Amino acid sequence: MTTTADQSPHLHTPPEIGGVGHSVRRHEDDRFIQGAGNYVDDVELPGMLHMAILRSPVAHAKILSIDTSEAAAVDGVVAVVTGELMAEHNLAWMPTLSGDTQAVLATDKVRFQGQEVAAVVATDPYVARDALGLIFVDYEELPAITSPQQSLAEGAVLIRDDKEDQTDNLAYEWESGDKAVTDQAFAEAAKIVTLETHYPRSHPSPLETCGAVADVNPASGQVTIYMTSQAPHAHRTVFALVAGLPEQNIRIISPDIGGGFGNKVPVYPGYVIATAASLLIGKPVKWVESRTENLISTGFARDYHMKGELALNNEGRILGLRTEIWSDQGAFFADAQPTKFKAGLFHIVTGSYDYPAAHVVARGAYTNKAPGGVAYRCSFRVTEASYMIERLVQNAAYEIGMDPAEFRALNFIKPEQFPYHSPTGFVYDSGDYEGAMRKALGIVDYESLRKEQVTARAEGRLLGIGMASFTEVVGAGNSQEYDILGLKMFDSAELRVHPTGKAILKLGVKSQGQGHETTFAQIVAEELGIPAGDIKVLEGDTDNTPYGLGTYASRSTPVAGAATAIISRTLREKARKIAAHLLEASAADLDWEPGKFFVKGSPDQSVTIQDVAFAAYTNPPPEEEPGLEGVHYYDPPNMTYPFGTYVVVVEVDAETGEWKVDRMIAVDDCGVRINPMIVDGQIMGGLTEGFAAATNQFITFDDDGNCIGSSFMDYLVPTAWETPRFELDETVTPSPHHPIGAKGVGESATVGSPAAYVNAVIDALAHLGVRNIDMPLLPDRVWSAIQDAEGG
Amino acid sequence: MEINVTLNGTQRTDDVEPRQLLVDYIRGTGNTGTHIGCDTTSCGACTVLVDGTPMKTCTMFAVQATGKSLTTVEGLKQNGALHPIQAAFKEKHGLQCGFCTPGMMLTSAALLEENPDPSEDDVRWAISGNLCRCTGYVNIVKAVQHAGELIREN
Repeated sequence: MTTTADQSPHLHTPPEIGGVGHSVRRHEDDRFIQGAGNYVDDVELPGMLHMAILRSPVAHAKILSIDTSEAAAVDGVVAVVTGELMAEHNLAWMPTLSGDTQAVLATDKVRFQGQEVAAVVATDPYVARDALGLIFVDYEELPAITSPQQSLAEGAVLIRDDKEDQTDNLAYEWESGDKAVTDQAFAEAAKIVTLETHYPRSHPSPLETCGAVADVNPASGQVTIYMTSQAPHAHRTVFALVAGLPEQNIRIISPDIGGGFGNKVPVYPGYVIATAASLLIGKPVKWVESRTENLISTGFARDYHMKGELALNNEGRILGLRTEIWSDQGAFFADAQPTKFKAGLFHIVTGSYDYPAAHVVARGAYTNKAPGGVAYRCSFRVTEASYMIERLVQNAAYEIGMDPAEFRALNFIKPEQFPYHSPTGFVYDSGDYEGAMRKALGIVDYESLRKEQVTARAEGRLLGIGMASFTEVVGAGNSQEYDILGLKMFDSAELRVHPTGKAILKLGVKSQGQGHETTFAQIVAEELGIPAGDIKVLEGDTDNTPYGLGTYASRSTPVAGAATAIISRTLREKARKIAAHLLEASAADLDWEPGKFFVKGSPDQSVTIQDVAFAAYTNPPPEEEPGLEGVHYYDPPNMTYPFGTYVVVVEVDAETGEWKVDRMIAVDDCGVRINPMIVDGQIMGGLTEGFAAATNQFITFDDDGNCIGSSFMDYLVPTAWETPRFELDETVTPSPHHPIGAKGVGESATVGSPAAYVNAVIDALAHLGVRNIDMPLLPDRVWSAIQDAEGG
Repeated sequence: MEINVTLNGTQRTDDVEPRQLLVDYIRGTGNTGTHIGCDTTSCGACTVLVDGTPMKTCTMFAVQATGKSLTTVEGLKQNGALHPIQAAFKEKHGLQCGFCTPGMMLTSAALLEENPDPSEDDVRWAISGNLCRCTGYVNIVKAVQHAGELIREN
């Protein structure tokens, strides 16, 4: 059961205009339901060649030699590209979005299984893959390092010997908060609760893998790259810097994207090799990953080894938080964190609770695994943070003998405390945490459930009730604090209303399924009264959209959505002057209702926005510039802080360790909801990914660094059969600084739900003394926890 | 090798390599609505109807389709009008990125041919070979049941 609302109760526009609050059916769906989407692999260009990449079979080895002669002789092979060839063009290495370097094609060593070693370009994709088998690489194997603990141990083999001044495997060390104040809080604590856990390595694995079609015209110097990119403008700038190409000659087109979830934020070697190959050969080159390539080489997520401690007083108030993280970054620090924040926004780990002291230390370690740490459907590292605090809070409640819900209520930041300054430096914009929690508890009938749990335990059944009252930080971000490679994290909107009253909106962000073509049209509809169906939204073409940092970290609505609202309002003010000219009245004497201006007190003296648009081109006021068009670059004043409470009810089978979700209730507060149907869709997708993390979806490595989980036969993403039914509800606490009060929602459920599922299973076993099982909660892990607890 | 297939109602004869996968053959005819998601018969993005039965074409050879009738997403429309499953996916927000959608709709259309009034469990079981990473399946289930209603009304 879900409660997908058809419209929100606070509407300013009628359904035929379809502004904020209407569940407008999606504009983009018409092409998708007819198979007429245009994804990268659908791009066909005349004379196009196909590229395949040879990848390292071992995790760590010196390359002694590469023999490409047999491959090059295969009929249909046009070129074989090696690191040596790339190095001649100064392209063997590239910068990462986190300010590190990454090998494009290996020259000296391979540093993870699946690393790019050579590429074949051929007239046919089958031939290109055939020829990979005829490239002979002589490796001298080195010890493989597969954990941060191994990596940072004394005497560990140096992984990044390519970097001058790198004498160990530490990628970064970072801290936040006040250590002295926090240590004092712990010194005064009546009780300290500790949790050590691993948030395992995971992969966003969108259903479409990554790929590119690079088309370099040697005569004109024009470089067009069709690419699976969540951030086409930023990627264009990186290409300009990497290849030394004039930026105006580079056009990145990100066509329809078959899911992103953070996987399509980094720049991957394949994009660069395809572009270099096209440049060298003078023909278009297509490269599309196989699923295995996607899983073993691109944008992993998580892999955080975490220790958290809460200091408590006798009444159950939290006094302070300490956390320590060992992050497995893989061989290259290639995620895309804002420059100043090496562990992303992990310092939101203080969560929804009010206490004065917190200290976070994070260490990133290089390992012989694929480059990891992308923000998988979350604002940078917010999932790991939310998981830590929500697990800790529940354990703290057990230790102090309080109900977990009441423990939360006691410690929540209260509505009147906003804007709230967190001990790690965030300024939370708005919230009513207890309101959302009470609503969720009411839906699930929490009191009755707790009674039922007692009865169940008496009968030998293991019933668990888990919850998470998460706070996210999204919408990066204000330029004083947030940048990637120096590019400030603003975003943009360009709006033109055409003479017949139809509009085109161009954005710097890029949808991967979030429904931007509908949602953003609704913002314009809300502000200008033009029907949403009359507004075309364009994204993803760097030649034809304003500069922006792209779509990830739930930033599109907070940043580009604000830009859209503001440029719409700017055009409305110009429209008011044109309307005044048409009505022969003073602009100050006009009133506005969605879609028309009228003379105050004389509603029959009116002009529609469509009349005004026509006049902007046919009869503009003499003192006004013709046209109705503008662009706005929006630098947000602060981040937004969506929140909510998720409650999960499970039953655990003590005999097998299997567990089943009986109910999953999600009360989300993402501020004002632009399209309730789309918002609910985003939440349900995220709840599923949280369920995946809690149950089955993880990637491990053996001691030699072999990736276990390199296909969908081993990396188990949820099907419709095991995915729980969800019950959704909402509270609405607008963001005070966002023009329409929206906060962003694409990631709340991925962030908040893993702790709720895990807390439910722990709750079922809490009376046995179980306080932790590392994700995923595989039946054997749960069974072992029960055995250990009962044995002890 | 020469193969003869009926693709979305049109008879074709093509010369294919024996090793060519059916999905690559179909995409090569310009019907790019059939997608490739996993290469291992796990995700179902490449599902088409082969003589009315949903098949994952990433692990079938094109030559195995000779003499058979293939229906892809491009062939779902009936007399120029959307198939009920297409209309229902839009109405119930059964898709987000759209990548799994063609395969998901074809599997669902085959289910509705057999059972135009499926229960939630019937739908979930029928589509359990088609992965979706965006929606959490809830609205897909609603869409399939809604399409059943549309079919039953006609």
